Amino acid sequence: MTVFDIVKTFGLQTRTGKDRLHEEVTGGYASDLLSDVIAHSRKGNIWITIQTHPNIVAVATMKELSGIILTGGREPDVDTVQKAEEEGMPILVSPLFTFELVGKLYQIGIL
Amino acid sequence: MFHIEGGDFTNAGSISDHVKKILSKAGFPNKIIRRISIAAFEAEMNVICYATRGDLSLFITPNFLKVVVEDEGKGIPDVNLAMSEGYSTADEKIRELGFGAGMGLPNIKRNADEMILTSKFRQGTHLEFIIYLDRQETQLPFE
Repeated sequence: MTVFDIVKTFGLQTRTGKDRLHEEVTGGYASDLLSDVIAHSRKGNIWITIQTHPNIVAVATMKELSGIILTGGREPDVDTVQKAEEEGMPILVSPLFTFELVGKLYQIGIL
Repeated sequence: MFHIEGGDFTNAGSISDHVKKILSKAGFPNKIIRRISIAAFEAEMNVICYATRGDLSLFITPNFLKVVVEDEGKGIPDVNLAMSEGYSTADEKIRELGFGAGMGLPNIKRNADEMILTSKFRQGTHLEFIIYLDRQETQLPFE
């Protein structure tokens, strides 16, 4: 399953990284603590968070994640968008809260 | 050597970004770059979150990469306690940004081959870590 499949299935809004949506999603990780994501996410994971500042891009890039989904209708900060475009990191936005979105992702096989 | 200003969250992550770019320009393997940039990121965030100011130095040798972070600030009263996962002295502002999970130092240790941490209470903290270049087969527990 690719990032694009997730975007399509849940009608997510793509804010950055439109050219990288073909990346394969290897699983998911949900956390708002950056060091926790650094410690436990795996390469190719999709990351679900409510954090919107530029460091989420640094973490996602370092861990080679396939994308970031911001939940609860949160929007990335202006400098987050800029950094994400530079790094080619997809940021997607969902109106759903983390618990609900993670449940739906789990149901379609993102583990 | 790079300077880090305590409390400067707007430029947070820029030093480790520099480190990463220098090493990828120099052609180091991706796995090494990932490990050192993660450890450098955590070290940089520690200075921003807890110290007044600090300097991060990167040493490149044929056999290993070394990062030294020297800061001035409140220091760490109990280094062993600070190394235990989940222990944090972060305030509300730091936690709101998603830092202060009490996992930064353990993450550095996990990604480095060797790590030394010493601190003088109310003066500052000295952190060094080394990643060996000839031990690339080393697997991280979560990869």
